[in-house]
Amino acid sequence: MKLRRDSRMAPRRNALRPAWQEPPHPLTSTGKAVAIVVVLALVAVPFLVVVSTSLASPADVLANGGWVIWPEHPSLDAYRQILAGGVVSRATLVSVGVTVVGTTLSLGATVLLAFALSRPSVVGGRPIMLLVLFTFLFPPGIIPAYLVVKQTGLLDSYAALIAPVLVNTFNLVVMRGFFQSLPEELFEAARIDGASEWMMLRRITIPLSKAVLAVVGLFYAVSYWNAWFNALVYLDTPSKWPLQLVVRTYVLAGGSITDQSASEALLSAPQTVQMAVVVLATIPIVLVYPFLQRFFVKGVLSGAIKS
Amino acid sequence: MAEYDAARPTGASATATERAKPRVPWRSRWRRDRILIAFMVPGLIYYAIFQYGALFGSGLAFLDYVPFLGLSGSRWTGLENFQRLFGDADFWQAALNTLEISVLQLVFFFPAPLALALLLHSLVYTKLKRFVQSVVYLPHFISWVIVIALFQQMLGSTGMLNGMLSDYGLHTVHILGNPDAFKPMIVAQVIWKDTGWGTIIFLAALANVDEQMYEAAALDGASALRRFWHVTLPAIRPVIALLLVLRLGEILSIGFEQILLQRDAVGGATAEIIDTYVYYHGIRSGDFGLAAAAGLFKGVIGVILIYAANKVSHRMGESGVYR
Repeated sequence: MKLRRDSRMAPRRNALRPAWQEPPHPLTSTGKAVAIVVVLALVAVPFLVVVSTSLASPADVLANGGWVIWPEHPSLDAYRQILAGGVVSRATLVSVGVTVVGTTLSLGATVLLAFALSRPSVVGGRPIMLLVLFTFLFPPGIIPAYLVVKQTGLLDSYAALIAPVLVNTFNLVVMRGFFQSLPEELFEAARIDGASEWMMLRRITIPLSKAVLAVVGLFYAVSYWNAWFNALVYLDTPSKWPLQLVVRTYVLAGGSITDQSASEALLSAPQTVQMAVVVLATIPIVLVYPFLQRFFVKGVLSGAIKS
Repeated sequence: MAEYDAARPTGASATATERAKPRVPWRSRWRRDRILIAFMVPGLIYYAIFQYGALFGSGLAFLDYVPFLGLSGSRWTGLENFQRLFGDADFWQAALNTLEISVLQLVFFFPAPLALALLLHSLVYTKLKRFVQSVVYLPHFISWVIVIALFQQMLGSTGMLNGMLSDYGLHTVHILGNPDAFKPMIVAQVIWKDTGWGTIIFLAALANVDEQMYEAAALDGASALRRFWHVTLPAIRPVIALLLVLRLGEILSIGFEQILLQRDAVGGATAEIIDTYVYYHGIRSGDFGLAAAAGLFKGVIGVILIYAANKVSHRMGESGVYR
């Protein structure tokens, strides 16, 4: 009887902790538990407060001094207000449009260039790769970049939010590295069967690279969604502004940060509306995040970061 | 088709021989690779215009640039912009602020991911570990605009902290918009946003430590602390050293967007960094030559620092960013 119990206990203990490791001191365990709770709270509480404030009634928020941790009388009024048309609704559409179009174009250009540069002994492969890598070392400054956008006539157009950031060198290098790791035999076999480079890209490389395509695509999408500086510099017409720039101008300006260009109409908007805009600008990130997360586990990213 | 097969080398060994003596003439290589060249076109146009075009545009640091006349019409003034730049006390203040914030980040932000990674690595419940990881990675993907909005809602004058302080009858604290608190606040925001993300590389290094070394050490009677000192630390030291050196190489690059968003609240004396100096003098005031000179100065120093950092990491026996 005793023997059976032992044999049942042993593997369970092993599953958690290797046999050579001494059981942790209760004080250590408590300390770790406290540390974990503090870390989780530091990340989660700000989000909770912002979401709660956006859902609370303006009167409750005002009575509590500008914030609530839990909405007593939850309502979606703030969201109805910002989505009923007007500045925020239009900015949301702009952000969605720029993100969708930008991600598509960026991913396309990156895949094509990475594929071409990943083929062995392609014409100009090495010098082009060196030129690409050099931009890592010497990224263009704010002023020259602005002048290029001005010279190309892109000022005040949505293209100015996409063209200057079309290809990200880091993403390109990650993708090229992944393409190079695919077994060359596959391409040889395809070549013997008479496949063109286009067929190889479509039938071999892309189907085998779904994970890296997803990660790079999501990276592009996140950066397009989060971008605001290029819009600030390149777009003169406020009606073309993306959501992040609207948050920057109206929400940050509504707090302790002042900005001359802030509109009076929204400055006086209640805290609930401001926080609803913040939530709206964050939601897409939180929605795509679980998909991104799946690929961290696969190690695509840690591999990429190491290289 | 036969010519095509013969022209393209196969496998890694063939690539190496071809690199040594390219026997295939250029014209037939172009013909062979025409589809691949077509693939490159969109990306290369981007690099030519927006990376290299902008790089050569940096030349306007040597011009008395008048937007109406354009690059070719503006007068060449040599180093005049640089003389003005180096004579400007505001610029040196911006450089000093940049360095100060960078050093603060090095001291307070750099160890944070390592500490969190050690904590995460010591968790034995895989599910809990995964959960904590997914929570702490999230802030990395939130834009700076939102991060600062969150900080305002927590620490601002009408935020949660001050709300709770006044509820308990205590003095409220003036954190955001307070020049004295600005630099620590910048570091705190970076810690909040990127500590979790920074653990990835340390966790990868910790996962690569040979489990048998711990076991052997434990059997020899080493305590948990000694195992950490003699096994864990030596195993992850190369990663720490490499990241440290890389960080030193980028000491002039600190969060431009983050600081630009908050600069106006505290004023230029404490919050101006080189990048915001460039933005305000160039885009806002239209002194393109001076701003471009400041940008170019930062870029050149950056290249030198990265080069030096790379040399140092080679000397330490690490691989560095490039070979």
